[in-house]
Amino acid sequence: MLQVENLTYKVMENGKEVTLLRDISFDVKDGEMLVITGPNGGGKSTLARVLMGIVPASGGKILLDGTDLTQMSPDERAKAGIGYAFQQPPVFKGMTVERLLNLAAGKELSEKTCCTLLSNVGLCAKEYLKREVDATLSGGERKRIEIATVLAKQHKLCIFDEPEAGIDLWSFSMLVKQFEQIHEAKDQSLILISHQERIIQMADRILIINDAEVERCGDRDEMLPVLFEDQPSCTCMKERSED
Amino acid sequence: MEWNKEELDAITRQVLAQIDTENFGEEGAYNLRYNGTAICHGDTEHIKIKRKTDRQGIDVYISGETRGEQVHIPVVLAVPGMTDIVYNDFYIEEGADVTIVAGCGIHNAGCDNARHDGIHAFHVGKNANVRYEEKHYGEGEGTGEKILNPVTEIELEEGAVFTLDTAQIRGVDSTVRKTKVTMKENSRLYVTERLMTHDAQTAVSDIDVEMNGSGTNAQIISRSVAKGTSKQNFHPRAIGNAACHAHIQCDSIIMEHAQVASIPEIDARHVDAAIIHEAAIGRINDEQIMKLRTLGLTEEEAENVIIENFLQ
Repeated sequence: MLQVENLTYKVMENGKEVTLLRDISFDVKDGEMLVITGPNGGGKSTLARVLMGIVPASGGKILLDGTDLTQMSPDERAKAGIGYAFQQPPVFKGMTVERLLNLAAGKELSEKTCCTLLSNVGLCAKEYLKREVDATLSGGERKRIEIATVLAKQHKLCIFDEPEAGIDLWSFSMLVKQFEQIHEAKDQSLILISHQERIIQMADRILIINDAEVERCGDRDEMLPVLFEDQPSCTCMKERSED
Repeated sequence: MEWNKEELDAITRQVLAQIDTENFGEEGAYNLRYNGTAICHGDTEHIKIKRKTDRQGIDVYISGETRGEQVHIPVVLAVPGMTDIVYNDFYIEEGADVTIVAGCGIHNAGCDNARHDGIHAFHVGKNANVRYEEKHYGEGEGTGEKILNPVTEIELEEGAVFTLDTAQIRGVDSTVRKTKVTMKENSRLYVTERLMTHDAQTAVSDIDVEMNGSGTNAQIISRSVAKGTSKQNFHPRAIGNAACHAHIQCDSIIMEHAQVASIPEIDARHVDAAIIHEAAIGRINDEQIMKLRTLGLTEEEAENVIIENFLQ
């Protein structure tokens, strides 16, 4: 399914080259759920953006079912089968929730289907369909609509960047159910960037990104003790760099 | 007057389809003005249209018995070099409920300018409910300009409700829009103005609302997109002479080398006049484009979707 090989992302800051991702390699198998976690500022969201093509990789390769996506634009990657939910979704003045869902699905959805998509992310559906995706919606509402846009279509791989951020507990439970259902169906692979223990515990495999690098990657059973019983990974890194 | 829509030429039908609904002439009262002449009209039991005798234009009488009916009064101009000035007066009786669908489309295939000035006056009786829809559109490969200068004057009696929905779709080289509204007690006004300019087009829109009675409520929403080297200038003005509420909101998307000036003016002349204005001009947000691209739209498609929805 997805193979990431030596992925690097560098930017220029004040005339100086800064590496935000360094030689990242991992893979995601068909139907697998990979959770990417790690300390803030470590590079998780940057990795997600590079995978979707929102920012271009400086080096390395991204392969989806053997096809090299590295030079592809975000729309080409979407057509290749990747769905992506932004951590902070934008507002669209004048665009209704229903219209956005139709665009996301790539076809006109019935009102019933739109309502189901919204209900599945904890929104009282009918109230929202004709509302604009603008600043009158709260951050949590926009976030749930964002997730619904990804669920509106069948993808090979769905990437969710901190889906839990800004979402209330009740809606979070519904969201977890959605991820469980996708995971159980095994027909879409999932990458979830998260700090949430409940999401991390659902993973088949867990990847820790810290300081622009893969700190550790392994199966859930191997990684959970590392995350929740050992020292925090950022401390490990600090100690290592001081040695 | 007997007439058949199929008798209209292809250009007229094409322009009509842009400025009016497909069911023009099939229901309600109507009057089609074509190249400076009213070529057909129809009345209903409650709506009578009479041609003016002293100057170009029509008087439309809408009885208080009118409930949910429509009046269609489109204008099509397809002669280069013509300046068409028309005066239309609407007399809407107390308690009427009506939708008036107006609009003007110019097809200019020549090198001389074609211009239409529609001067409309609405006298809206007590507690009447009027929806006025107006679309402006220009087309044609000629080098002559397509010019539309509408003047809209609205007098609202006590408790009247007026919804003004205007849209300049595309192709109008120059427009100067003047709208003036006076409002008596408990009347309400809802204005939605949508405008797109491209190439070297210019658009000026002045809206003056005078709230003279207590309990009046006015909402003015203006959304525009300026492309190319076009220039837009908006000047909505709300004057509160009594205890009233008004909200003016102007949002514009600016692209390429266009210029947009938005100058909302609020003028309170009564201690209980509550008037708010908001104005914003900005380019299309990169994150919006990127979100739509992650849904599979190209950059150009994403931009079009954003503009289309913004102006809807």
